[in-house]
Amino acid sequence: MAEPVPNPVLRIENLRKNFGGLVVTDGVSMTIGEGELHAVIGPNGAGKTTLINQISGTLAPSAGTIYLNGADVTALPPNKRAELGLARSFQITSVLPRFSALENVALAVQARSGSSYRFIGCADKENALNDAAMAALTEVSLDRRADILAAHLSHGEKRALELAIALAMQPKLLLLDEPMAGTGPEESERLIVVLQRLKGRFAMMLVEHDMNAVFALADRISVLTYGRILASGQPAAVRADPAVMTAYLGEELE
Amino acid sequence: MSLAVTSTPLARRFEALPIAIFLVLALAPLAASFGAETYLLGLFTRVMIYGIAALALDFICGYGGLVSFGHAAFVGIGAYTAGIFGAHGITDMAITLPVALLVSALFAWLTGTVCLRTKSVYFIMITLAFGQMIYFVAGSLSPYGGDDGLTLKLRSTLFGFPILQYDRALYYAVLAFLLVSYLLLRGIVASRFGRVFRGARDNPTRMATIGYDVFRYQRIAYVIAGSLGGLSGFLLANATEFVSPSFMSWQRSGELIIMVLFGGIGTLHGAIVGAAAFLVLEDMLGGITENWKLIFGPMLVLIVLFARGGLLGLAQSVWERLRRG
Repeated sequence: MAEPVPNPVLRIENLRKNFGGLVVTDGVSMTIGEGELHAVIGPNGAGKTTLINQISGTLAPSAGTIYLNGADVTALPPNKRAELGLARSFQITSVLPRFSALENVALAVQARSGSSYRFIGCADKENALNDAAMAALTEVSLDRRADILAAHLSHGEKRALELAIALAMQPKLLLLDEPMAGTGPEESERLIVVLQRLKGRFAMMLVEHDMNAVFALADRISVLTYGRILASGQPAAVRADPAVMTAYLGEELE
Repeated sequence: MSLAVTSTPLARRFEALPIAIFLVLALAPLAASFGAETYLLGLFTRVMIYGIAALALDFICGYGGLVSFGHAAFVGIGAYTAGIFGAHGITDMAITLPVALLVSALFAWLTGTVCLRTKSVYFIMITLAFGQMIYFVAGSLSPYGGDDGLTLKLRSTLFGFPILQYDRALYYAVLAFLLVSYLLLRGIVASRFGRVFRGARDNPTRMATIGYDVFRYQRIAYVIAGSLGGLSGFLLANATEFVSPSFMSWQRSGELIIMVLFGGIGTLHGAIVGAAAFLVLEDMLGGITENWKLIFGPMLVLIVLFARGGLLGLAQSVWERLRRG
């Protein structure tokens, strides 16, 4: 089904995850090429977040292999995968509430620049970290809110902050777990514009229910139902696929 | 007390208060010389010694979200190191103090490796378990007094000089250790390491996904806190010239938590205020009735219920209200 991509950034082979008797990921194989934006869609409970959790390493698969830039990372913990260039955003906003927006991002920069086993010097006064963090905030148009505590940002701003944190990691692969979840129409539009600007810089996997966003952004789309990939390909082809129409798009678009 | 919307740099918060606290501590012996000197010196020496242990606990609790219910274990280890060496005639702190710090650090490393695999209430229970374990080990050390403990024949010396012999000298030595511990922890909290440690309290999953091995940072912090607990115990043995398993009972661990909450968690200097408030109240109320905890208990409940930031938080909100008029 999925056409082979030369030198994929992400390659998953026969990934399986079951919680007891419940199979949530059922033999998923897919690839994401350099600079490609690959959207994964599917009804609630299809196993999209479970798939992302396995790729990012917060959940161990029951079987199968995950390759990041050709290296087998299936057994690596999340922090090691992050070091290899994997970044993610969370479906349920996951930022550091008691840190300013700038410090949330600066921590991601800090993880990439030099040792963090430094016990002297004020981390929040390091210009190199703050400048890089500010640049990432500017990319998501959050620079004017840099000094606000993350807990006090609006929902849409928190979603943008998640994106800025991921950007600051200078990822090779970015996993976006429903970045538009819970945002209003205008905020969604803004996020789509931001993502369009980022597209091509690194590989992205976008899990999203907002079909406007998916069809505006995706190079390829995979449809996930009951833990299996039902169809995968160009957006036009997926949209026309009769199996997809009945399983998912039909209900969603009408 | 309202949460500030914008963040302030850590180094700037309430500068005046810690300076005032240390000034009072530095000048207290002068005031004490006008009366009840031995009593007041002894009391404030204890305040500062427990202040060091409470500081260390506030570091891991307040900044790292690691509520340890076994912190007195480290105090006991530090105290027993001084006691056991003393029993064999070795009193020079050029030897005994590094050993005390090292043994408590090692205990923290080993137990931390286990404890830090768990979270929240399980972390509390397992630190309590390790604390009780070391308590019973100390009680079974029959060559060193078993349950009764042992007395120190001599306070620690430095290169043969009995520098802690006089209570005033001990007082200022303890004050110096407290100041160094405070500045050290304050520096660490603001550092790169401290920022990662604080981030792990807010959201460990997020910290892992941006590339930090949270466990290793937490274990280092736990070792730092454990060593300072050991320092506190070492000084306590010198101040009381006595060591016993009761130093590391779970009640003591609980009292350290109370001190941290009482003063204001997550501020460091609040832990010193909390230690002072706890020990002074214990002394005063203890003079009125032997059931002083009947009075102290409700006070603690009121503080926790109505002054979320402890005594410091209470003082701050009163100050702000006064300023607004």
